[in-house]
Amino acid sequence: MREALKQFRSRFPEVEVYEHNPRRLYLKIPREQITEAAKFLHRECGMRLAICTALDTRDGFEILYHFSEDKTGTMYTVKVLAPKDDPRVESQAPWFPAADWIEREMHELFGVEFVGHPDMKPLLTSDTDWESGRFPLRRDYEKRSEDHER
Amino acid sequence: MSGSRRVVPIGPYHPLQEEPEFFKLIVEGETVVDLEVNLGYNHRGHEFISPELTYDQIPFLVERICGICSNSHPLACVLAIEDCAGIRPPPRADYIRSIVHELERIHSHLLWVGLAGHFIGYNTVWMWAWRYREHVLEIFEMITGNRNHYAANKPGGVRRDITKDQIPQILSVLDVVEKKTMMLTKAVLDDPVIRARLEGVGILTKEQAVAYSVVGPTARPSGVDIDVRRDDPHCAYDKVPWSVVVLNEGDVFAKAKVRLLEVFESVRIVRGCLENLPDGPIETRIDEVPPGEGIGHTEAPRGEVFHYIRSDGSNRPLRHKVRAPSYMNIASNVVAVRGGSIADAALTLAAVDPCYCCTERMAAFEDSRLKFTGKDLLRLSWEKTEQVRARLGR
Repeated sequence: MREALKQFRSRFPEVEVYEHNPRRLYLKIPREQITEAAKFLHRECGMRLAICTALDTRDGFEILYHFSEDKTGTMYTVKVLAPKDDPRVESQAPWFPAADWIEREMHELFGVEFVGHPDMKPLLTSDTDWESGRFPLRRDYEKRSEDHER
Repeated sequence: MSGSRRVVPIGPYHPLQEEPEFFKLIVEGETVVDLEVNLGYNHRGHEFISPELTYDQIPFLVERICGICSNSHPLACVLAIEDCAGIRPPPRADYIRSIVHELERIHSHLLWVGLAGHFIGYNTVWMWAWRYREHVLEIFEMITGNRNHYAANKPGGVRRDITKDQIPQILSVLDVVEKKTMMLTKAVLDDPVIRARLEGVGILTKEQAVAYSVVGPTARPSGVDIDVRRDDPHCAYDKVPWSVVVLNEGDVFAKAKVRLLEVFESVRIVRGCLENLPDGPIETRIDEVPPGEGIGHTEAPRGEVFHYIRSDGSNRPLRHKVRAPSYMNIASNVVAVRGGSIADAALTLAAVDPCYCCTERMAAFEDSRLKFTGKDLLRLSWEKTEQVRARLGR
């Protein structure tokens, strides 16, 4: 059951592993390694990308890649941190269509830049009457009264 | 016409999904060469609202994401909260959760089968499937108080118990539903016209299914053997006998077949749960949700629904991520419709089980003039069925 984790550790020695319970593993890696890690988990370990989550935290933007190893029912969540003054992460969309939409979504809601994404247009927010540069899920986002009329 | 590319817009309103979609079919003559998907017409900001609510309130919010699978989101959400808090609901609550969840799958699959029948011109299939779906909704009303939006789940357990005198009523409805669905399944799967109409249409290969990470009855007909209920056992799914339906063809016919066969598995699960329903409390008290994170996922009728909770130790989450199955499935339409005809496209788009209401809202423009309306697309699809029927001499 732990085979993928063992291999991941030897491939990415910098990883910090947190085991919440046997089926929920969190792997923190430097953001430069995300493409290699995602390719490793999807192509070599046969994992499915369930979804990604972005969070605005004190230290920066956390991007979580939830990979599901379906044969063991284990969730491997890969975490990378992008500092607030440089919120950039390499895009996975060019080689992995499953990451396409969610990267667009995280870009428009958090303002995280996914470098190399082929078509970074907004997914959910309006392309005509939503001011670009307003990121609704950032902690410093301020609601305006006119938003209710949209 | 051939050689010139035109756009057939489908949408933008798709009222039952959490996001209405707008499909732009790029066609050359009758052949679809590409597809563009636009989302967000009904983006309601659940992930924005959720951190303003307490853990007890959130299930009510996420229940309203979808009206058809309105048990899946609250279930995945409470599983995420419980995962974060590190608690398990009592066994009786696990069984009741499974019962409600499987009844929901039965009614949702019957709904899809009915609409698929309507779409290819088999209105009898539509009427029959919905007639037997009605019985399931009546059970819901009896055991949860509502035909939809059951509010069955709460963090730590379920809200309502199933009483002893309700069990025989549920079992008798299951008998009817199973018998009638069996008849319907035989009628649908043995019908040469339906076979000829649906086989080979909108094929999603296994490689494509894996690359797009599709889930549920969009993945399983393409040979991807995944089902959260079996892979990551929760509720009572590892305590009752049932099996996962996997096919290899990847076309619309296989998708219909998987859904029909899954109804019988769901009936088995509900029966197994009712037979072994343990006594005891239906709720574990949660005193606090400690700082940390939790992931909850379960198999909705359309595939895996995924919830992620980040807690800071207060009674509200810091972040709540929601991912519905159609989010992954709809993206795969881009490859599934390519190369098909317009008459097949709407069927293929619908085969991942988004809502059919969009077909009423379709409009195609050619040189700024309306070319197809929703009714025209329906007519195109029906005509093709008639052609197939004539060719087969039936």
